[in-house]
Amino acid sequence: MVLQPAERHCGDWSHRRLGPWCSPTGSPAPLSCETGCGEGTWILVCRLLVPTQVSLLSMEEDIDTRKINNSFLRDHSYATEADIISTVEFNHTGELLATGDKGGRVVIFQREQESKNQVHRRGEYNVYSTFQSHEPEFDYLKSLEIEEKINKIRWLPQQNAAYFLLSTNDKTVKLWKVSERDKRPEGYNLKDEEGRLRDPATITTLRVPVLRPMDLMVEATPRRVFANAHTYHINSISVNSDYETYMSADDLRINLWNFEITNQSFNIVDIKPANMEELTEVITAAEFHPHHCNTFVYSSSKGTIRLCDMRAPALCDRHTKFFEEPEDPSNRSFFSEIISSISDVKFSHSGRYIMTRDYLTVKVWDLNMENRPIETYQVHDYLRSKLCSLYENDCIFDKFECVWNGSDSVIMTGSYNNFFRMFDRNTKRDVTLEASRENSKPRAILKPRKVCVGGKRRKDEISVDSLDFSKKILHTAWHPSENIIAVAATNNLYIFQDKVN
Amino acid sequence: MFARGLKRKCSEEEAPADPLQRQSLLDMSLVKLQLCHMLAEPNLCRSVLIANTVRQIQEEMTQDGSWCLPGPQTAGRLPRDRLVSTEILCRSARAGPPQAPDPADLASALQAVPAIQVPGAVPAGPWGRAGPGESRGGFPRSLDQVFETLESHSPGAVEELFSDVDGPYYDLDAVLTGMVGGAKSGPEGLETFASAAARPPGTGCKADLGELDHVVEILVET
Repeated sequence: MVLQPAERHCGDWSHRRLGPWCSPTGSPAPLSCETGCGEGTWILVCRLLVPTQVSLLSMEEDIDTRKINNSFLRDHSYATEADIISTVEFNHTGELLATGDKGGRVVIFQREQESKNQVHRRGEYNVYSTFQSHEPEFDYLKSLEIEEKINKIRWLPQQNAAYFLLSTNDKTVKLWKVSERDKRPEGYNLKDEEGRLRDPATITTLRVPVLRPMDLMVEATPRRVFANAHTYHINSISVNSDYETYMSADDLRINLWNFEITNQSFNIVDIKPANMEELTEVITAAEFHPHHCNTFVYSSSKGTIRLCDMRAPALCDRHTKFFEEPEDPSNRSFFSEIISSISDVKFSHSGRYIMTRDYLTVKVWDLNMENRPIETYQVHDYLRSKLCSLYENDCIFDKFECVWNGSDSVIMTGSYNNFFRMFDRNTKRDVTLEASRENSKPRAILKPRKVCVGGKRRKDEISVDSLDFSKKILHTAWHPSENIIAVAATNNLYIFQDKVN
Repeated sequence: MFARGLKRKCSEEEAPADPLQRQSLLDMSLVKLQLCHMLAEPNLCRSVLIANTVRQIQEEMTQDGSWCLPGPQTAGRLPRDRLVSTEILCRSARAGPPQAPDPADLASALQAVPAIQVPGAVPAGPWGRAGPGESRGGFPRSLDQVFETLESHSPGAVEELFSDVDGPYYDLDAVLTGMVGGAKSGPEGLETFASAAARPPGTGCKADLGELDHVVEILVET
């Protein structure tokens, strides 16, 4: 799938050749708002519609067909379920932003280049490349369909002119290469103008083709396909800091891959019981340590985190560290276990902390303290009295993600009603913002929102019973070094920026 | 958003404390588990969490002495694998007119219910594939068997699972899906479900089981 961007710089690669990736703790770009979210103000930079998928044959067919050919922006009222964004990820420089959706597509946005004429346009992201990463498959052995929904995208650090990313659905991980081409060979004389091969007898000279400039094209090609290694659904992928290996985790197992080898992987964690009847716990997320290539963590449905060291025995069933908070007996209920299930785990950029998200809270853990988190933030505690209803309508199983900002001082996660929350770890202040079409004009300042938990509702507050539980922010991303965030709301991608004066 | 009926059941507390609420939570969980296994490939995490909840309720009910099986009354603790009395569930396999639901209707009903974890449901989904094959009885016998089928280590495991499904289950599926789809759109659906799951206080176990039959009967006939 090839797209032609509107205008591009051509010429040498120097402006694109990026320096070696360095940890954002030594980030060269100072954050525009060091005091964090409490004092900053956020503005909407742009709202991007993931292009609606339209079938080649769609004129008569149902609009719900998944086949994609061309893509072009449409009003969101035509959006199909296939356009629902299922993952968002900035690359290591923040220049690119990738989204995956339920229809198996990856859309990459690129940051607008800084230009003296249009200073205000810096910070906007435009479509850079779109490609179909995964197709629906049918497992004949089990008579089951395999969803094409992209569960996760992870970028590799850039080492040459091309960009590489991993994308995965429930069963298969793929390595994609995204590269630009701005020259093409011209001057072949073996074919005539219509492309037909000329009679060799008529060719009297051998002409060497010459490379001539052309309009920039962005191509995505699958370089590796890592398949048939997971019986259960893949929930996480994580690139190792050695840049040679990565891991993929499903409900019961974690596999270690080498990027060069697709026909085998090492199983490093296996929690499948010998007797499936004894199954009471599954793996929910996993991630490599950002600096130590032998260390990784994985979280479970029982609210525990295990840190493993691969220098120990090959099968890391026995953890090096075990993080679990003792249960609060006063809060115990039938839903205690469900709401303790961890939906996401992320190392801080520094590698000193891990952050976990369960249904009602975000917790920060110090790697050196296993018996309890060092910080706990309430995301939407007003839902605690509604757990029975949320269990009934299945919302209690929603898997929210969480992210760190570049300096590990602010953490962000999503909620319902298109709300998302930021917590400043230093000032202990927090803010609730909304990603919604109605309330946001470009460059307008986002107004903090508040949920009223009872008693008199103030003018701008919204009551718990008025929350729209179908509008959930599950996926967010934070630029690695600047205060730019991407928030996915159904098929809309919102980009917000901290206002710089 | 929240049905009034359910609010009465699980009011301001985190979780149902009294036996009525506990029972309705148990029923709800069992229905969820059944729905789980009718999908193309069940979400293992969700299934495990629901199953653990069911176990927890049953253990508490056993300790209270309020759990008993139909037939010969046995007091006190019961063997674990009989805790999930799927006789209840088997009984719900009423012999209604076995009509295969229109796949397109199912697909659209499924699409309208994002809350149910439907992994990319296709019109020719499990209902299309698992044709009216020979039924081997009712629902899986126990929670344990449920997980065995989840594992699908043998090629025919999933077929087995679906061939367990009677013809009338197609209706149950369509109805449950449609019901919850209706529930998402307004409180009426939830009320129906809640009131169907309601039971008069002070009734014994047998009445409870009969009540569950009643619930399923309502669902099937809806």
